[in-house]
Amino acid sequence: MSDDNGSHRHLLSISDLEKEDIMHLLDSARSFAEVSTRPVKKVPALRGRTIVNLFMEPSTRTRMSFELAAKRLSADVINFSSSTSSLSKGESLKDTGKTIVAMGMDAVVIRHKSAGAPHMLTGWVDCSVINAGDGMHEHPTQALLDLYTMREWLGGLDGLKVAIVGDIDHSRVARSNIHALRKVGGEVLLVAPRSLLPEKVEEMGVHTTGSIDEALEWCDVLYLLRIQLERVDESRFPSLREYTLQYGLTQTRWSRLARKPLVMHPGPMNRGVEIAAAVADEVEPVITGQVAAGVAVRMAVLYDVLGGSHG
Amino acid sequence: MTFLGVAMGNGLLIKDVSVLTFPNGLGKQVDILVEDGLLKRIEPGLSAGGAEVVDASGCVAAPGLIEIHAHLREPGMEYKEDVSSGSRAAACGGYTAVFCMPNTEPAIDNSAVAEYVFDRGVDEGLCMVLPHGAITRGRKGQTLAPMGEMGNCRAGVIGFSDDGSPVGDSEIMRRAMEYARTMNALIISHSEEESLSAGGQMNEGYYSTFLGLRGIPAEAEQIGVFRDICLAEKTSARLHLAHISTAGSVELVRTAKRRGLPVTCEAAPHHFCLNDSELMAYDTNMKMNPPLRSQKDVEALLDGFADGTIDVIATDHAPHAPHEKDTEFDRAEFGVVGLETCLALVVTRLVEPGVLSLAEAIDKLTAKPAGIMRMERWNYRPVVEEGAPANLVIFNPGLEWTIDSSAFKSRARNTPYDGWKVRGKVLHTVFKGRLVVRDAELVNGPKGAATGQAQSVDADTARSAERKASTAAPRPGD
Repeated sequence: MSDDNGSHRHLLSISDLEKEDIMHLLDSARSFAEVSTRPVKKVPALRGRTIVNLFMEPSTRTRMSFELAAKRLSADVINFSSSTSSLSKGESLKDTGKTIVAMGMDAVVIRHKSAGAPHMLTGWVDCSVINAGDGMHEHPTQALLDLYTMREWLGGLDGLKVAIVGDIDHSRVARSNIHALRKVGGEVLLVAPRSLLPEKVEEMGVHTTGSIDEALEWCDVLYLLRIQLERVDESRFPSLREYTLQYGLTQTRWSRLARKPLVMHPGPMNRGVEIAAAVADEVEPVITGQVAAGVAVRMAVLYDVLGGSHG
Repeated sequence: MTFLGVAMGNGLLIKDVSVLTFPNGLGKQVDILVEDGLLKRIEPGLSAGGAEVVDASGCVAAPGLIEIHAHLREPGMEYKEDVSSGSRAAACGGYTAVFCMPNTEPAIDNSAVAEYVFDRGVDEGLCMVLPHGAITRGRKGQTLAPMGEMGNCRAGVIGFSDDGSPVGDSEIMRRAMEYARTMNALIISHSEEESLSAGGQMNEGYYSTFLGLRGIPAEAEQIGVFRDICLAEKTSARLHLAHISTAGSVELVRTAKRRGLPVTCEAAPHHFCLNDSELMAYDTNMKMNPPLRSQKDVEALLDGFADGTIDVIATDHAPHAPHEKDTEFDRAEFGVVGLETCLALVVTRLVEPGVLSLAEAIDKLTAKPAGIMRMERWNYRPVVEEGAPANLVIFNPGLEWTIDSSAFKSRARNTPYDGWKVRGKVLHTVFKGRLVVRDAELVNGPKGAATGQAQSVDADTARSAERKASTAAPRPGD
């Protein structure tokens, strides 16, 4: 959590956090998870606080998750969603942000296609800023919920071997997870053709391989990223069919594993592409567990950033 | 004007200054008497007579700086900068000549626009403003702009560039070089392979990966540089490579020079003062094209300065309005202003660490660009010697000051150096014999008077004065 001149706390990137910050948020999330199991799923922790979800890129899951988290903390929530087309009409984030915050917001949860947009927003608005995904940069709450899920299923994070498979270059989820796992003592192996890896990614403290089979033998967690067809047009890989053959978690690969890793995916899954449909069905509980963890983690983040008191 | 040898009104005496010459360096303290737009006498102990006196003790007198690569934005983008604000910035930065790039709206791709910009510079009278012309019409990279017409017009254009964009089509670049060679013009290349740099926001490397910003690989520049060197060799055209920024580009130019090719190049202060780690806070004032490169590239540029591979220091002064920078990183414009900070950065980052001697550094800001742009055509001689035209920068190389963008004379504030403590301060600038900057401030005065005096050698003004003189009836008492 960065502290901006002591006035507002933000969550802009995992790279800003210390291990202690991460573990604190995960612990806090565990206690908030209990709230979602109650008949009345609400605590008054952020009563009277107002949060805006400023989603300037299409998103359903993350926005709903943040909205639910805020409401379970009794905060008032407003949603500002903007289709990319209307936003590209020239209104800058600075103007949009200032306008909305002028209505008296305590926090902005921002999703934006431009890397660094949440960081810049902190200079323009007088309230807390939470990054809900910025371009190819980071998606810190996703990494937190992923760590939460790994810890719940596997018991601990220290020494955990995580293979991340797919389009690392375009993935803010991968970047945040790399930072987070490195900080909590995990090992990260990136699995992709070089054309889907960003330049000098090894300097982030990870290993790389072109072989998913090698990764499957090694890892405790296999983290699959969603592959997008448009990367074919960018000559990042030849076809979805070839991607599946080379990097997909196929039934054949899954069946022959003696020791099966925890399979995770940020959603939505491309069944039959990065993961075979039958394997997806088998690992579904983990992936829906990620979604549930998302609400608890975001409650912890909102609570931490807004410094509310437990009611 | 003199009367019985005593300076009258327009005389200027610069007292106790050390003259910098290349390659000898600083001479002993002398006085410089400026009269009639010329350096009349340079020797110790001159008496002022009626001349205005400037105490320059502790200062260095060097030829006025020459900027070979600036964007003055006029016509069309005056909200960013115009010839007036750009001239003021240049004068305060110690420049007495500024070549401006043709990526204006409309582009400087014909004599009418070239003369317009040139005349605007004459009107301002603070430095020479000399436009480069576009290589292709509208800078679209498709058909050649009329280089001959621009060369023969009042603006005397000899440098041609589509700067801001490369000429993507190699065939068109080849023909442009052949055509330019015939008229002894210079092609100034913005070398970039755009299929590799498209969408890029910063140097490709660890930091672009960390920040999630699309990278611009060094190879995008180097492939462009290599192509343009190949074409220069084939066509024997004179080629000047703008803003080289990578170790690979320095090596390509070094090799080309070793082989005797007619190739020169420039590098910008931001490329030798900053590296791509500076972008960690998404500061859009660190965003330019070519982008800030790695520290390894910075060190290669320093080597390139030291061994003479890099001929010229050019700022690529690129003013933008605040709203064009205070926005999301990938929406922000590329470019930084440079005219008012260059000399200090050169002193602080090249001279004081011993990369270049002061004389070598000033050579890359004066004689080298003057030679490349053949400024003898304008009777512009970048020397401080008796009889030479009086275009001078007088600066204190040891004076520490803090860069403050709010004090810039440029209309723009997009500098990455705000708050930097630097050494080397321009105190006075003399242009065509007139003190245009005194004590780091523009010399106020009626604009007409200033330009009339400064531009007394301008041919058109002279002709119209002659016409008036011959037709007006003499009146008693005049």
